[in-house]
Amino acid sequence: MNKGLGNMLLETVGLKKSFHKGKVTIPVLAGVDLSVRPGELLAIIGQSGSGKSTLLHLLGTLDAPTAGEVHFEGRRIDNLSSSRRDKLRNRHFGMIFQSYHLLPELNTFENVLAPLMIRYSTWGYMTRRHKYRDAATELLEIVGLGHRLKHRPSELSGGEMQRAAIARALVAGPDLLLADEPTGNLDHQTGQEILELLCRLNSEQNLTIVMVTHDTGIGAIADRVVRLVDGRLAEARAPETRTTKKRIPA
Amino acid sequence: MYKLLLCCRYLRTRYIALASIISVTLGVATMIVVNSVMSGFTTEMRNRIHGILSDVIVESRGMDGFYDPDRHMQQIAEVAGDYIEGMTPTVIVPAMLNFEFRGHNIARQVNLIGIDERTQSQVSDFEEYLQHPENRKAMSFQLREGGYDTQDHQAGPEAQPRTQMETAGWEHRRNWAKWQTMQTSSYQTRWPVEKQVAQQQAAGTQASVTQSSGQLPIQPPPLLSSAEKTTASTISGPIDPFAAAAPQGPVFDPAKEQHPGLVLGFALGSIRDDTGTDKFLVLPGDDVKITVPTNGRPPTASSCDFTIVDFYESKMSEYDAHFVFVPIRKLQKLRGMYNESTGIGWVNSIQIKLKPGADGNEVREKLKKIFPHQLYNVVTWQDKQGPLLAAVQMEIVILNILLFMIIAVAGFGILATFLMIVVEKTRDIGILKSLGASRRGIMGIFLGYGLMLGAVGSGVGMALGLVFVDNLNRIADFVSWVTGQPVFDPSIYYFEKIPAIVDPLMIVWVVFGALAIAVLASVLPALRAAMLHPVEALRYE
Repeated sequence: MNKGLGNMLLETVGLKKSFHKGKVTIPVLAGVDLSVRPGELLAIIGQSGSGKSTLLHLLGTLDAPTAGEVHFEGRRIDNLSSSRRDKLRNRHFGMIFQSYHLLPELNTFENVLAPLMIRYSTWGYMTRRHKYRDAATELLEIVGLGHRLKHRPSELSGGEMQRAAIARALVAGPDLLLADEPTGNLDHQTGQEILELLCRLNSEQNLTIVMVTHDTGIGAIADRVVRLVDGRLAEARAPETRTTKKRIPA
Repeated sequence: MYKLLLCCRYLRTRYIALASIISVTLGVATMIVVNSVMSGFTTEMRNRIHGILSDVIVESRGMDGFYDPDRHMQQIAEVAGDYIEGMTPTVIVPAMLNFEFRGHNIARQVNLIGIDERTQSQVSDFEEYLQHPENRKAMSFQLREGGYDTQDHQAGPEAQPRTQMETAGWEHRRNWAKWQTMQTSSYQTRWPVEKQVAQQQAAGTQASVTQSSGQLPIQPPPLLSSAEKTTASTISGPIDPFAAAAPQGPVFDPAKEQHPGLVLGFALGSIRDDTGTDKFLVLPGDDVKITVPTNGRPPTASSCDFTIVDFYESKMSEYDAHFVFVPIRKLQKLRGMYNESTGIGWVNSIQIKLKPGADGNEVREKLKKIFPHQLYNVVTWQDKQGPLLAAVQMEIVILNILLFMIIAVAGFGILATFLMIVVEKTRDIGILKSLGASRRGIMGIFLGYGLMLGAVGSGVGMALGLVFVDNLNRIADFVSWVTGQPVFDPSIYYFEKIPAIVDPLMIVWVVFGALAIAVLASVLPALRAAMLHPVEALRYE
């Protein structure tokens, strides 16, 4: 593994974001400089309302910064056209959310396949569907949902839904997984299982993960933990404390 | 792919949206039914009018008509012979029809048409509307022995049988003559004084005889075949045969002889009751009296007896209730439109049948050049029935506009429902965007959804409409049965059934219009969905 070596996968330079409420401007991020190395599991810890989700949205190009830049693999991405950003999200980023965000009309299997359906035209998808079905089935096996392919999200438990969301985020083969409080809605035990899964994916498949959370305990499994305080980052721990992660039973 | 999948899933799971397109369904079904029925009516009516009228008509503006129809026809043939298939002269004159029914003198105002029975059928469907099968092949003004249709030959087997027609013809005439003889003899024994009075009046002014004898409680039957009555100068009313006939010529025996033949409009001689059964007032074989204005100045009334030889039933109530056909020569003589020395008469119109594909307007313009406009009126059959056809056409247009508005109103229903669904699906839209769906893709979902809803709505509507049209008469009967009100009264149109013609092009337009409205209604919600900010959408609870 080449952690900490080579170019940064994702970088932000002086990222600022402020929201307007009427005439009042509320600054949320006041200049964030963040670097994500390929293959690392980075945890961003912050209080509720500290702007962690906003930061994640900016990283995932779901939102545009007020000032500053976001670079992905050395190229600036925050000022891309909306269709280029759509493509980037579809091909290079995977996202998981606190409230899972599965599409209620589709079953587990279809939810997982959604990014691929979005990527290709109907014809393009139909010609490749056997390959993708196999890939999706395999991924669902990996996340431990091989038995619940045809269930609707409403029939799944919270943990199962998050597993499905992880499978969906990974099916398109992203370079980076952005996780927005993935355990926030889960009980402790289930949350731990999800974290283990993310750790395993990180270590086994060398998946780069950026996870924001308000739970400092969860931050302990990460390769690197940064703190978001008052819209700025504070490095909380050195990246080499990899051993901490090993303590968590996998 | 996801668009299609989500469209289908939304379609299956959002019943509220399906409810919103019921109005589209009903609108489409109604439009198809209304248009089919209207075009059925129009086509039926046009066909009938066209069948009754000839393609082009040259008519005189004056009551006198024009002299020598053969020379006129020759002129017409010289100018437009290439377009013309057949021509026939006619005399059309307003007249009064009298006949007796159970002692009541029944009078009708009619359009008397003198026709040449040999050439009339060349220019119109005249013969097809007659009630005797032989007359439909070759029309004759001679009374047939029997064999008149007892079943309406134009309607299906469901039509009520016309049992009274079984005896029509000579059989009926003989029975009638026998009964008349009995009546007359009993009348003579019972009313000797009245008879004398009638005789005296007959000897006096003949015009007053007509009036006074018409007021008698039981009018003695006109049994005279008076050859001299055929000239217009001689005016004669019903005359007591035993008083006046003897010196004038051989006795007319109604059991063996007939007056000049006459074809009576069906509705003139019968009354249709609520069940659709025709009650006949007169039958072929009965005598009627026709009174026409003569060609004199001023015109005087001229009367003559005719024997009904057939009924004319075009199913256009306007025509069936007014048309009476008699031999043209007879009518010419009756009106003084016949020159005995030359054997040439006057007519007041020439009916022209065009070859298939010939343009009536073109022929009309050609003929207008050779006939002075002040004296001759040249019209096509459409000109003649222009107002009626135009009125029906306008009705169709207005109905279509109104019905399309119903679908447009349904469009606003779809709009509202869709906006609601977009709000409900806000989070899903955010999810799709986070997965990399483009704005166009999001828009496509909702436009596609609108299209699918429109397709389902108009498809079901189309099926409903077609099934409705197919079972139109059964449904009409059912509604009549439930409400007790006749939905379709055959006596108004003389159609047995509601006619309907399904025009595939019309269906395509209606369905296409409904689809367009459904898609248009979903444009705004789709735009709204596409413009949603992904982060706002994801945060939406």
